Amino acid sequence: MNLDLILRIATKLILPFILLFALYVQFHGELGPGGGFQAGVITAAMVILVSITFGLRTAHRIAPRAVVERMIPLGVLIYAGTGVAGLLGGQNYLDYSVLAHDPVHGRELGIFLVEAGVLVTVAGTMTALFYAFAERGR
Amino acid sequence: MTLLAVLTGAIVLQRSLFAIVILTGSYSFLMATLLIALDAVDVAMTEASVGAGISTVILLATLHLVRKAEMRPVRPQPLALLVVAATGALLVWGTFGLPQFGTADAPIHAHVAPRYIADTIRETGVPNVVTSVLADYRGYDTLGETTVIFTAGIGVMLLLGGLRRRARNDPPGSGA
Repeated sequence: MNLDLILRIATKLILPFILLFALYVQFHGELGPGGGFQAGVITAAMVILVSITFGLRTAHRIAPRAVVERMIPLGVLIYAGTGVAGLLGGQNYLDYSVLAHDPVHGRELGIFLVEAGVLVTVAGTMTALFYAFAERGR
Repeated sequence: MTLLAVLTGAIVLQRSLFAIVILTGSYSFLMATLLIALDAVDVAMTEASVGAGISTVILLATLHLVRKAEMRPVRPQPLALLVVAATGALLVWGTFGLPQFGTADAPIHAHVAPRYIADTIRETGVPNVVTSVLADYRGYDTLGETTVIFTAGIGVMLLLGGLRRRARNDPPGSGA
């Protein structure tokens, strides 16, 4: 796909910042607005921008279909697995206080893990949705 | 709020699906601005990224697959109009039973919210109460939401991608 030069260069320049912003939203979600859901959507938006500007083939090289499709159940697995870890520690399901020596730190870590699970699932699903539509159109 | 009403009117009257998609995107951005004015920054962020971003892109991708203009209705449907108007009136009537906006003693502020706000730092060490409620106190709900997204993704992939793959006999994950 050979589009406008300015568009391609601008996209290349802006890509790392989009990814950085997604990570900021993810890891700063405990302190400011944001969290796994928003960060996942921003990550997917980055892949979509790549595929709009450089074509679907380039996007597939960055985020291969197989990886994206496996991310969807993986995120749910991370989330549910964090819950099971609480069970194994002798607490209720999704009680994170056993994850570290200090219950408060455990819950902080639990929130972090759960948000990571949400990020993986949301990013995977949104990208897979876009792939499904875009591939269908050709 | 007035702009929201104007946009809704434009969306209803518009026949070109492309214009409708763009108008829906701007509606989402206006909504996000409104949510920021209401101090709901987390929700505003979601609205801007999902409502204005991803939905618009996916709707445009859909437009690529279908016809661009909405079909004219065969004949006016007074019964449908009546049902819609009645439901709308019922919903507006229902809002009169809600407590005044911003009152401190509304039921939603009297139940568990004060405990969450007071104890979140001591119990979870997370300053953003939205995050701690979402991922810790209401962890089950968020697990359910994540599962819903998972199910929706799998469903769309089966509907759109699965058929195509079987038709062309591609091995899974070959892409392109």
